[in-house]
Amino acid sequence: MSKLYTFLKYFFIVFWAVFVVAPFLWALTTSFKDFQSVNGGVTYIPWVDFEPNLEGWKVLIKSPAKGGVDIVEPYFNSLFVTCTASLISIILGTLSAYALSRYTFKAGFVKNNDITFFFISQRIMPPIVLSIPFFLFLSSINLLDSLIGLIVVYIVLLMPIAVWIMVDFFNKVPREIDETALIDGCNPYQAFLKVVLPNSIPGLIVAGMFCIIFGWIDFFFAFILTFTEVQLLPVKIVALNSSVTPWWSLSASALVSVAPLIIVAFIVERYLSKGNLSGAIK
Amino acid sequence: MNLIANNLTYKPSEEYHLNEVSFNFKEGNLYTILGRTLSGKTTLLKTIAGLLTPDSGAIEFDGKDFLKVPVWQRNVAMVYQQFINYPHLNVFENIAFPLRQRKIDNEEIKNKVMESLKSVGLVGYENRKIQELSGGQQQRVSLARSLVKNAKILLLDEPLVNLDYKLREQLREEFKSLFSKGLADETILIYSTTDPRETMELNGEVIVLDEGKVLQVGPAKEIFENPSSLKVAEISNDPPMNIIEAEISNEQIRFEGIEIKAPNHLSKLTDSGLKIGLRSSDIELSENGHEFEVELAEISGSETLLHLKRGTIKIIISIEEVLNFKIHDKIKIDFKIDRAYAFGANGKLASSPFGENNG
Repeated sequence: MSKLYTFLKYFFIVFWAVFVVAPFLWALTTSFKDFQSVNGGVTYIPWVDFEPNLEGWKVLIKSPAKGGVDIVEPYFNSLFVTCTASLISIILGTLSAYALSRYTFKAGFVKNNDITFFFISQRIMPPIVLSIPFFLFLSSINLLDSLIGLIVVYIVLLMPIAVWIMVDFFNKVPREIDETALIDGCNPYQAFLKVVLPNSIPGLIVAGMFCIIFGWIDFFFAFILTFTEVQLLPVKIVALNSSVTPWWSLSASALVSVAPLIIVAFIVERYLSKGNLSGAIK
Repeated sequence: MNLIANNLTYKPSEEYHLNEVSFNFKEGNLYTILGRTLSGKTTLLKTIAGLLTPDSGAIEFDGKDFLKVPVWQRNVAMVYQQFINYPHLNVFENIAFPLRQRKIDNEEIKNKVMESLKSVGLVGYENRKIQELSGGQQQRVSLARSLVKNAKILLLDEPLVNLDYKLREQLREEFKSLFSKGLADETILIYSTTDPRETMELNGEVIVLDEGKVLQVGPAKEIFENPSSLKVAEISNDPPMNIIEAEISNEQIRFEGIEIKAPNHLSKLTDSGLKIGLRSSDIELSENGHEFEVELAEISGSETLLHLKRGTIKIIISIEEVLNFKIHDKIKIDFKIDRAYAFGANGKLASSPFGENNG
């Protein structure tokens, strides 16, 4: 029985691993193929089934004048916009979440939970509904087609995620810890910075991860709010498509665009298993 | 330096958490706040610490208006019933935290922390993580952190309630010796508890609190011997004092078909609606006593608690040995009636076996 169980367990794990990894492997091999090896029947193993070449990758850094699609600038644009917007969202979101978790706000029938919901309600609306006001807003302050404009929009989109995750996290940090810090001579800001924040690192990392992922993968707003001056990576990748689909360079660009998320996932995973609040209160 | 409170009232919702609480605490003394769960003990301690602002009333410390001083400048220390520590710091840094906050130099911090660790018996644990300690050790760390500050007011909010029996006994002993050492000279110690035994053992000045109201203030012995009312008698005894409605006439106490000769201190009472109070330990098994039916028998430690019934009367007796009884067993008991209290119809103490209020 237990042998069967072990067998099934490993079978499932291997099956799942293949299921998850296979598309990436496929993209990796495809990125080294050329027109013949893609369109001339199925090919799997480099050097056996087909002769690998770097054309797919070279196109990504060649300037358009030389027949390439330069994704280097969009890549760094994307990195810059995502990181800046995530960082600002995390800072603002954490501060608002702490306030919402610890203090009681009341304006008529609007209370803490309503405010928290208000934040997340930004994400409930379909993006297309938000895009029109965003477009008008950015054009009225002359920030259409600019990095700053995108950062502003991304903060609006990402901060709710940070608030939502951090409110929940702070609610789990016992209030008595803040109180003890106050009694031990911290003013409320010091209590937040010296005691609450260091104990909220797992929450911060999770919130940061979600912000980065949602910022990085956004195509819709990047597509609507930029034209020629500024381009982000997802938009550029789609632009790779011409009359003949260049599967090799599409695969290569897919891999480079996923790379930062994979790095983030590895870092986050290490921190997530660490640090918890079990010692705060027993 | 006295801590004086005047008519503290705190009513966040329908119910009073504090209802016109006044006191005058003097330095170098131990004050025990005795009350059941939700009686306002924690609220009172938090109000003294500054974590709560009362709706009305005043607190004065050292001649200054304490309510105008923010928590972080009050120089109080507090130990919670949950073991509150900073999970991201090790034992040493946990205890050093309040000192670092005062920007004291490292050498002195080290000395003070080590001294404090010694007094709670945790030397050698400085580099441990909080999560690696047992509950009792965690509570010692938070006690050490509150001792290291040399706070003028030390608040202990049911510090032993979440510990197991053995540890509780052990820490209580340590508390007593800590309190009697140097600490007590200039510190106001305020200790809240639900446990009457703890109150008696600590032997300080007792404030009995119920529904946010102070019911009685006095030395532990006085509260125990002369509870001013039925409520106090219930709160200050565990199991609660048995209250029996009885009638006294012709020097006889009558209830539920039982007739007992009244002792001197009760014989002259003539009020109607009298209630007789008897501690569970003042009722004993006796061959030729009165018959009662067992409703529940529980063994706690080396004691047996019997819940008994006769007619409409329900009482609890405690026997100093482990005995087995079945439910619905009939047993015979006798009352040590000379230890009985009498309370008037208004709930106030009418007569006590310890004199004072002897009618």
